[in-house]
Amino acid sequence: MTETTRKTGVSRRTLLKGTAGLAGLAAGSGAITGFPYVKSADAKVLRYLGTAVNEGDDIAKQCLKDTGIKIEYITATTDDVTKRVMTQPNSFDVLDTEYFSLKKLVPSGNILALDAKKIKEFGNITPVFTKGETPGGKKIGGQGTAPWKVLYLEGKDSKKFATSATEFVTLIPTVYNADTLGIRPDLIKRPISTWAELLNPEFKGKASILNIPSIGIMDAAMVVEASGKYKYADKGNMTKEEIDLTMKVMTEAKKAGQFRAFWKDFNESVNLMASGETVIQSMWSPAVTKVRSMGIPCTFQPLKEGYRSWASGFCVSKGVSGAKLEWAYEFVNWFLSGFAGAYLNRQGYYSAVLSTAKAHMEPYEWAYWMEGKPAEKDIKAPDGSLLEKAGAVRDGGSYEDRMGGVACWNAVMDENDYMVRKWNEFIAA
Amino acid sequence: MSEEVLQQATPGLIPGSGTARAAKPTRLSPSFISWLQAGPMMLVFLAFFLIPLVFVVIVSFWDYNEYQLLPAFSGRGYTDTFEGCIAQLPELCTIAKTYLKTLKLCFLVWAITLFLGFWVAYFLAFHVKSKTWQMGLSLLCTIPFWTSNVIRMIAWIPLLGRNGLVNSGLMKTGLINHPIEWLLFSEFSVVLALVHLFTFFMVVPIFNSMVRIDKSLIEAAYDAGASGFQTLVNVIIPLAKPGIVIGSIFVITIVMGDFITIGVMGGQQIAAAGKIIETRVNALQFPAAAANAVILLAITFLIITMMSRIVDIKKEL
Repeated sequence: MTETTRKTGVSRRTLLKGTAGLAGLAAGSGAITGFPYVKSADAKVLRYLGTAVNEGDDIAKQCLKDTGIKIEYITATTDDVTKRVMTQPNSFDVLDTEYFSLKKLVPSGNILALDAKKIKEFGNITPVFTKGETPGGKKIGGQGTAPWKVLYLEGKDSKKFATSATEFVTLIPTVYNADTLGIRPDLIKRPISTWAELLNPEFKGKASILNIPSIGIMDAAMVVEASGKYKYADKGNMTKEEIDLTMKVMTEAKKAGQFRAFWKDFNESVNLMASGETVIQSMWSPAVTKVRSMGIPCTFQPLKEGYRSWASGFCVSKGVSGAKLEWAYEFVNWFLSGFAGAYLNRQGYYSAVLSTAKAHMEPYEWAYWMEGKPAEKDIKAPDGSLLEKAGAVRDGGSYEDRMGGVACWNAVMDENDYMVRKWNEFIAA
Repeated sequence: MSEEVLQQATPGLIPGSGTARAAKPTRLSPSFISWLQAGPMMLVFLAFFLIPLVFVVIVSFWDYNEYQLLPAFSGRGYTDTFEGCIAQLPELCTIAKTYLKTLKLCFLVWAITLFLGFWVAYFLAFHVKSKTWQMGLSLLCTIPFWTSNVIRMIAWIPLLGRNGLVNSGLMKTGLINHPIEWLLFSEFSVVLALVHLFTFFMVVPIFNSMVRIDKSLIEAAYDAGASGFQTLVNVIIPLAKPGIVIGSIFVITIVMGDFITIGVMGGQQIAAAGKIIETRVNALQFPAAAANAVILLAITFLIITMMSRIVDIKKEL
């Protein structure tokens, strides 16, 4: 998942427009958070590079209070985070990124694996990451870059992913979720149960997918498979022929006018859906929540083929050592100790250590977000705004049902270069 | 720079200008002073334009893998870009389709901004007499720049969208039964947004050329019996040509490289030369992105060269 601040989309002109525009941008995306705090010069400071997903202002404030570590957020889109790790590895200390980018990051040697023994709660991390199954024992689909395939390295400075558990962890898990299609039930007026509906001519000119190739192709593959056109050996690692086939199906749909628009940015997806320009599209959980909080019906529709999942975690820059490395461990340990986990759970994401997050949530909150039970009281967002009225049930139900229903993970394919070229062809068609 | 101008600017430093200071043995040669004056601009140009450009060209011939640039000569960035251009004939390849689309949008935007820009400038230069009003009205033209791209996109949806103001207005008047879909996320909306943004870049240089036209020339034309139209065609347009060309260069270079407005207003479904570069950069395929940048630069440069053939800007200024 890539929640963005439109960093890629900011032109020189936009930058020149000064504070009004930027303030609007920040308010619009709700993503620019964590302005630096004023503190004495010898404060423990960590520069935290990541997408907006985890970068809550309240998390940084609480962290400063509990540990004395001052977090300076550097917010970028998923693509820009990766670019920055590659080109300016010394411009950050802690990196918060997604597992699928590890296939690019680890061989570059610009990031440092963390030592599992120094992570207090490592043993309590959800088996979703370590075993590929839910706590209830449901097996999770492993197509694509599933976290358990890339969680461990063979040695401290190794560039090879280990097949069994070692103490060298590429990314200490923090947050993850299961994505599906968002729909407007009030405009569709009938049940939707399969990914194939995205290309149903009934929704001609009212459908949309992501214009982030590595995620968009996964959604496209779910659609192709659901419509019975082809069964992939691994959707997350297609052959050239499979890429051609997938893009052919999508190109035909595009030429027939199936898609209203493609979206790239969190707010774009919210606007398309809220304005009724689209009625069915790939979406992210908080975007659905945002549409709903505008008083417009929107469902994060569970589908029989399952979810497309993503996960992210922490590592540090290769330039981090000594005291700073200790602070980084202290910060990661704090992050897993409950406050941040509860904060993320309340946004509709899932935290990596469930037990500590549970301790920081009210029982009724836990029941709604994690157990799929009807809300006993009104459900509020971390900022206090109303998300759901009492009685509401989370789309897709419980943690077990949602994570247990994951079919594939965001991925970087071996044929990534070819895929990107084909994606450009798709846009040009 | 001519010696005459230089002499006006720095009389004490030019040989033969006859002051006591000029007699000092440490005086600088005129050519050195010219270099000194041009120097800062040259350095900026060199450091922030020429050197980066050279890097882009060099990188465009490198190889790459998933996570790094490989500094070995490779034409892969280019061959990938033109993939299928011969094999797919007579069907057009991606890059040809993309450039055709970009050129089409570019031409439409250029033609419309030129038409609008010319008449706005004409009005400002010849019909508005007071300098204050001219300034005030010019500033009004900058309004499209007061909002960011994101805000603008959000603003277009309620206006042009399926349930937008225009569609619901037309439906109410009974002119249409179904919403017009091509108002938004179409070539129409892209051209509309670009014209809205860039007409200003036409207005300013054309206005600048027009206010410098000696009013007595126009009087002379009238005295000689020229009609309003003849004056326009034979006096004003030829004298406003440098402004027209400069404005055209602004608009064409910006639209050729644009991917944000085309992306946002086209619903990300319309190909653009800039868009290809963006996708490549985001996938960390820098050499391929650089190769595309070089191709874009070459094509834009070609267009501008053709335009400079029509009008010698240096001479006209």
